[in-house]
Amino acid sequence: MGFLPFVFPLAELEVGQHLYWQIGNFRIHGQVFMTSWLLIGALLALVVIGTKKMERDPKGVQNLLEFLWDYIRDLARTQIGEKVYRDWMPFIGTLFLFIFVSNWGGALVPWKLIELPSGELGAPTADINTTVALALLVSLSYFYAGLSNKGLRYFEYYVHPTPIMLPFKIVEDFTKPLSLSFRLFGNILADELVVAVLVFLVPLVLPVPVMFLGLFTSAIQALIFATLAAYYIGEAVEEHH
Amino acid sequence: MPTLFLFGASEGGLFDFDATLPLMAVQVVLLTFILNALFFKPVGRVVEEREDYVNTSRAEAKKKIAEVERLETELKDQLKEARLQAQKVILEAEQDSENLYKEALALANSEANASREKARREIDSQRNEALNQLKSEADNLGDLIVERLLAKK
Repeated sequence: MGFLPFVFPLAELEVGQHLYWQIGNFRIHGQVFMTSWLLIGALLALVVIGTKKMERDPKGVQNLLEFLWDYIRDLARTQIGEKVYRDWMPFIGTLFLFIFVSNWGGALVPWKLIELPSGELGAPTADINTTVALALLVSLSYFYAGLSNKGLRYFEYYVHPTPIMLPFKIVEDFTKPLSLSFRLFGNILADELVVAVLVFLVPLVLPVPVMFLGLFTSAIQALIFATLAAYYIGEAVEEHH
Repeated sequence: MPTLFLFGASEGGLFDFDATLPLMAVQVVLLTFILNALFFKPVGRVVEEREDYVNTSRAEAKKKIAEVERLETELKDQLKEARLQAQKVILEAEQDSENLYKEALALANSEANASREKARREIDSQRNEALNQLKSEADNLGDLIVERLLAKK
């Protein structure tokens, strides 16, 4: 903390500290997996409860699940197009749901009550590894979508509408995952930091509106990530004429 | 371990990439398959079945409405026709009764005329007869008077 003008006990935040788990030669961030397993478990529990007894007249959780399904279908259909959106809907939906429960879980669950030997529990999406993993999956998917739908004609996309676009399109392949991962990571981490700093400075009242703003941001980020992923896939499978 | 030190963490840092990344990717792919099996497929089936049901029901309802409308116009036509028929029947009946009345009147008139004529003719013939008789009797009487006067002489 020496480079800050005054001693800012951000140590309470423990930013950039991780709970390392050693698996063979590899090290992983334990806190990320702990929270992600809990949140995925909650998500799966909700899904299992909601789909246990489905009826034509939906009741209770089934309503929520159908609303989510419809929402994801509309998202995938508008971005990817009528023809292949069915293939990609589970992926887009999983991205949306996973990021959404991660963001909200990080903001809503009082993780700080659980003491870890190192690092702290929080939103899995506030770890760069998670967001880069998601962004790379998106990159792989749109390449796969383009190649499986159009074969080698997919590469026409790089010289469309003119060959001048080629360098830009190649750069885009790198900037897409970069912007996807950093946008999500930055937003969620910044939200956690702002809330934590505000709580530290003014423990009462003031952090509450920022917390609500954080919830809003979290939901929007999940939507943005899913929409952009769908848009990239849609771009890759689109037929040029 | 490529670490970028931020906020003075001695180990790790914000941009600490390690095996978390591929493991998380595998986890998300697994989650995609699990959610596809548990969520997207079954819910999609239910929603699409309902959409089909609603669509077919709506189509059926539309067909039924069209059928009802068709029947309504048909019945209206029939009703109109029946009304016209009834009017025609009434008119015919009125005409018939009028004709019958006229016929009966004419028949009665002609019968009356005929019987009056007959009566007149009878009266005439009787009067003629009576006149003839009177004439012949007057002749006889005259002859008798002449005879008697001639005899007295």
